[in-house]
Amino acid sequence: MDIHEYQAKELLSGFGVKVPPGRVAYSAEQAVYVATELGGWHWAVKAQIHAGGRGKAGGVKLCRTYQEVAAAAKSMLGARLVTAQTGEAGKTVHRLYIEKAEPYARALYLGFVLDRKIERIRVIASAQGGMEIEEIAAALPDSILQEQVDPAVGLQAFQARELAFGLGLNIKQVSQAVTAIMGCYRAFRDLDATMVEINPLVVTKDDRVLALDAKMSFDDNALFRRSNVTEMRDPAEEDPREAEAGKFGLNYVGLSGDIGCIINGAGLAMATMDMIKYAGGEPANFLDVGGGASPERVAAAFNLVLSDRNVKAILVNIFAGINRCDWVAQGVVHAAAGLRVPLVVRLAGTRVEEGRAIIRDCGLPIISAESLAEAAHKVVAVAAAGAGAAQVGVAGGRA
Amino acid sequence: MSILIDSATPVIIQGFTGDKATFHAREMIDYGTRVVGGVTPGKGGQVHLGRPVFNTVKDAVRTTGAEASLVFVPPPYAADALMEAADAGLRLVCIITDGIPSQDMMRVKRYLRRYPKAQRTTVVGPNCAGIISAGEAMLGIMPSNIYLRGNVGIVSRSGTLGYEAAAQMKALGIGVSTSVGIGGDPINGSSFLDHLMLFENDPHTKVVIMIGEIGGPQESEAAQWVKKNMSKPVVGYVAGLTAPKGRRMGHAGAIISAEGDSAAEKATIMKSYGLLVAPNAAELGSTVAQALAGIHGQ
Repeated sequence: MDIHEYQAKELLSGFGVKVPPGRVAYSAEQAVYVATELGGWHWAVKAQIHAGGRGKAGGVKLCRTYQEVAAAAKSMLGARLVTAQTGEAGKTVHRLYIEKAEPYARALYLGFVLDRKIERIRVIASAQGGMEIEEIAAALPDSILQEQVDPAVGLQAFQARELAFGLGLNIKQVSQAVTAIMGCYRAFRDLDATMVEINPLVVTKDDRVLALDAKMSFDDNALFRRSNVTEMRDPAEEDPREAEAGKFGLNYVGLSGDIGCIINGAGLAMATMDMIKYAGGEPANFLDVGGGASPERVAAAFNLVLSDRNVKAILVNIFAGINRCDWVAQGVVHAAAGLRVPLVVRLAGTRVEEGRAIIRDCGLPIISAESLAEAAHKVVAVAAAGAGAAQVGVAGGRA
Repeated sequence: MSILIDSATPVIIQGFTGDKATFHAREMIDYGTRVVGGVTPGKGGQVHLGRPVFNTVKDAVRTTGAEASLVFVPPPYAADALMEAADAGLRLVCIITDGIPSQDMMRVKRYLRRYPKAQRTTVVGPNCAGIISAGEAMLGIMPSNIYLRGNVGIVSRSGTLGYEAAAQMKALGIGVSTSVGIGGDPINGSSFLDHLMLFENDPHTKVVIMIGEIGGPQESEAAQWVKKNMSKPVVGYVAGLTAPKGRRMGHAGAIISAEGDSAAEKATIMKSYGLLVAPNAAELGSTVAQALAGIHGQ
């Protein structure tokens, strides 16, 4: 799960990380009011979306007057912001963060990630803040400093000091930077984060170290014990179909093709999508129904897949282990009555004979397939035949 | 012959008395697995499925001589169950549970390193289908009838893709020595590499198929090891060619984040290290057949 910049700053502040004063605003009037409350002469108006690259896309504006704050807020709110990380569709801005701006002497990079390779938290720092870390890694690989955290004892102060001195900070700045590094680490550990990124971490002319931006992502598997993080979920940032899928314990990702997929297991789902492509078709979605695919879950899966109007045919591919083919078949038959597109079903594994018998005897024009290859080729053929023509082909092609 | 488990391995089940555990324990017993008992804290002294229930793993090991366990404990308590199993001296722990926090697994992996390598517990999973040595024993939730007894080792991140491989092989008359599901989470108890090493040393295994996914460095590392150290042919496959970059596809681990992480890149790396790569998931069985024919042709 991702959260907004202002939420990340609120959380990190609680762990001693210093941030510039700021507040969230939902309208231009509120933005101006926040600016007057914050005081000072310069303010940053920042679009709050779950994506990086906002600055380049016009999602961060430095303002010198209240009029400029109002104008920036008006132009951003409700607008679609397309950044390097949002995809072509972009993201609509619903919230702004108004922050007191002040000049700084240096911009640094500080990141924390859960590194799968070493199975530890890795801390990354660079003196080249403000740039994307990928660009820094490509252009100036030597400027990247790293530390690994031993999970048994956690990040040690000496490691934070090594990073801070490595960044070329003076002794006053080092103690501030150590506070920021240790604070971010504790937030990462105590809140079950998977990523914390401060870019830039700035050093002011009077030797203060501040997090000017903050991004945090969290481990979905740990949200059950992090209610304060879960509360920060912003449904407007989520794909409504993916959110709906989550309610039924399904995993759905919408894609641009026309063949709807309902499959158990993420690996088999991806392999089946690859197979559809190999057979000359395009998958419309990834959907993992998971273990324990009850009739309700199967029905919900059909609704989700059909909510995509591009879908011209559906492939159900279930290899039952913890699932049972007969239960899945009952769900499929129930959901398939009155279906507007052709349906190909491939069942294998636990209770496969019972499952196939239910499909065979249900009287619906369901196309059966025994193998993965057969299923992929059949669904690609009926999708290509087009919705109207396919209905005829379905009745004739029933196996 | 097999790796990890055989018909003589004494097995306990952690979270023994739960519904799912009960169902699958029964299947395991029917398959011939030597289930000697189980653990559910607070239910020690009871008898379940004709086997004794213990309060702690240590009690179970002391009384039954168990060497391996299968864990069905829910996510919040799973890490604790794994550490308890390691501390009780079990040689092998397989965990089916899906949804364990990554930092919990990180701590478990660190905890395992308290023991010298020779005595260290092998953890298989989490978020996996388990282990089956065909015709010998089963430590998991797979449909056992799709595995023919034979000499091909399977190691897969995805449970259902592992089934797919076994079923395709069975249709061609090819059998399995052992099939291991290492699970789809970002941090696994054991890796492709760990199991490839075991298969290399198992005299009965002639060919190994390794079934990967997008995300993570494991497949590439394992392929590199194969090139340097493995005498047996290895077939490879990576799911997720059509997965869009940067999108989460179900498994927390299946995230494309860095160079060499995509399915196409991994398949290319596998080929460059001499693995026979199946062109798609419908040709897992036929590619294994090709690898077997290569051995017999020598």
